[in-house]
Amino acid sequence: MPRTTVAEFSVESLEILAPDGSVDEELEPSLSEETLFDIYRTMRRARRLDERAVALQRRGELGTYAPGTGQEAAQVASAAALAEDDWVVPAFREQAALLTRGASMENILAYAMGLEEGAESSAEDRALPPAIPVGSQALHAVGIGWAQAIRGDDTAAIAYFGDGATSTGDVYEALNSAGAYGAHTVFLCQNNQYAISTPRENQTRAETLAQKAVAAGIDGIQVDGNDALAVYEATRLALERAREGDPVLVEALTYRRSMHTTSDDPRKYREEEEEVDWDRKDPIARFEAYLRGRGILTDERVEELAAEIEAELEDAVAGARETAAEADPADMFEHAYAETPPWLERQAAAFEGGDADGE
Amino acid sequence: MASDLRLVEAVKATLGEEMARDESVVLYGEDVGVAGGVFRATDGLLDEFPNRVYDSPLGESGIVGTGVGLAAAGMRPVAEIQFQSFLYQGFAQLQQHASRLRSRSRGGFSCPMTIRTPYGGGIHALEHHSESFEAGFAHVPGLKVVIPSSPADGKGLLAASIRDPDPVVFMEPTRLYRSLRESVPDDDHVVPLGEAAVAEEGADVTVVAWGSMLQRTLSAVDDVDADVEVVDPRTVYPLDTDTITESVKKTGRCVVVHEAPGTAGFGAEIVSRLTETAFYHLEAPPERVTGYDVPVPMFAREDAYLPDEERIAAGIRRAVEA
Ligand SMILES: Cc1ncc(C[n+]2csc(CCOP(=O)(O)OP(=O)(O)O)c2C)c(N)n1
Repeated sequence: MPRTTVAEFSVESLEILAPDGSVDEELEPSLSEETLFDIYRTMRRARRLDERAVALQRRGELGTYAPGTGQEAAQVASAAALAEDDWVVPAFREQAALLTRGASMENILAYAMGLEEGAESSAEDRALPPAIPVGSQALHAVGIGWAQAIRGDDTAAIAYFGDGATSTGDVYEALNSAGAYGAHTVFLCQNNQYAISTPRENQTRAETLAQKAVAAGIDGIQVDGNDALAVYEATRLALERAREGDPVLVEALTYRRSMHTTSDDPRKYREEEEEVDWDRKDPIARFEAYLRGRGILTDERVEELAAEIEAELEDAVAGARETAAEADPADMFEHAYAETPPWLERQAAAFEGGDADGE
Repeated sequence: MASDLRLVEAVKATLGEEMARDESVVLYGEDVGVAGGVFRATDGLLDEFPNRVYDSPLGESGIVGTGVGLAAAGMRPVAEIQFQSFLYQGFAQLQQHASRLRSRSRGGFSCPMTIRTPYGGGIHALEHHSESFEAGFAHVPGLKVVIPSSPADGKGLLAASIRDPDPVVFMEPTRLYRSLRESVPDDDHVVPLGEAAVAEEGADVTVVAWGSMLQRTLSAVDDVDADVEVVDPRTVYPLDTDTITESVKKTGRCVVVHEAPGTAGFGAEIVSRLTETAFYHLEAPPERVTGYDVPVPMFAREDAYLPDEERIAAGIRRAVEA
């Protein structure tokens, strides 16, 4: 047998909106002004929520918080491409995607205050609670997308994860299983260049993360993750395919502009110059320039929006504080089982009675 | 000579010393190199040992599994799992291979790997960052499970773990990383695995506690009108049954404190052993003061979950007054 090429692969990359706000008109998606403004609005809400959350953490009101600053286009524009009945399966940095799907700032803050109330959710929300074990949630999105395939639903599920997660066995298994089952799943990998301190190039020798789809036999595409239009378009197309039983991996190239979490100090592992360089590619500034160019945004509208967001944020903080003030510690016994087993019942009674330990 | 160190500093110093002492020791894990670990327990070691400290790709199954191979090839892997809950991702490799490479190869291979991992509650961390699964690891034949409760023991036990010919899960209580300072010997300091310490002597009741629960127990004891003996097992497996038995034979009463859920927690094993070794010396039913049988709540409710001084003192009183 001679040596022959039996398969060849390539990875495409998509950019529609250049960093200066200029647009490739041939690729420009036809979105209503309302949708465009909504995307902008949610990006702004997410950015302010991050700022406020970090400030609250510094005052001791919040626990560890993972800001998504710099990743708003990757999250908001991808979530905006979902249909109402589609599902979202987030990791732990997906505040922006969740806000897009209608989650409240109040719940996000409550969760960050260490309150289970903030993660309360059900199938009606079409979203699972945040997943902290890196990569683990990708498989859940495959299960949901598989259920959709089994039932022949015209819906899809999107899994969010980072560049670091693509090194985990769970994500490899997810990509592969999605292909094997024909699951209605889109994998939205936000390559924000770091997994805590580990830069993307130390994570894998692969040239792109999108090509991880190749071995699973599913489609992979790279997209400029700071370009809201490209993210929207790539996700929309991916969802279309996924609904037909062809899962897709989208690698959104972006940058975590802030710290990994509030307990992290990026100065330990990256240079300020690099950060400044990425500041210039900021997704919100870029999108704003585009919207202003199209006359969708004016100074007045931007100001109005800022005021709206402040009001929303104040209400959310107040609401989350109230939940914190009213939180009953005995609630921890409530949800471990549908029916509390007798031995646990005894523990709960002892706890309530202030007399310790089931005697 | 000795230095005043915190637990995290003692760990770092010991890692450096063991690497200097034995060239086959390699250190790796997520963010342990350039950043020096999320708790800074490996800070500076990459500079000191440039070819023996590695930032691993993300993935705990990979961290444990490659350790098995490193060990088979004659290295002495010391891996950090960023938080103990993420060792579940590596549990298959731990249970199926690391723990039984020796027995499966009839002693031809061994797996002298040390897996260091921060564990336990009390630092207001995120979900999945506060668990203590020592009983689960102890349930795996072939593994050793070590938990230091002080900086000096941190050093001595870590040195012993790294030098041990079998795989060790070395669980570091996050709550103690920076909260406690004590004098730690500068020179070679090894605390043999499998030897408990009597942290406080007493005649009325024995309390067994480890990790961050030891400090809580020591302060709870002040509120109890009894002469309490406090035993710190230090090694969960192999457990120093003799020291605990001797103590209980003397006091006739026993309380076990741990932060893991009570059901099938390691306290159950200790109490069970005591019924075998000291049954006729027991003057009261053994007591357990533990976490509840629920997932560790997020941090707003964490204090309600963890045994505190009050619950520990109440447990001791019940044992004494029974
Ligand atoms: C299984 C697992 N291992 C380790 C961790 C600790 N940890 C939290 S975030 C993180 C890095 C994740 O990087 P990436 O997937 O790129 O997502 P990003 O944080 O950049 O959003 C690590 C190692 C974890 N949460 N889960």
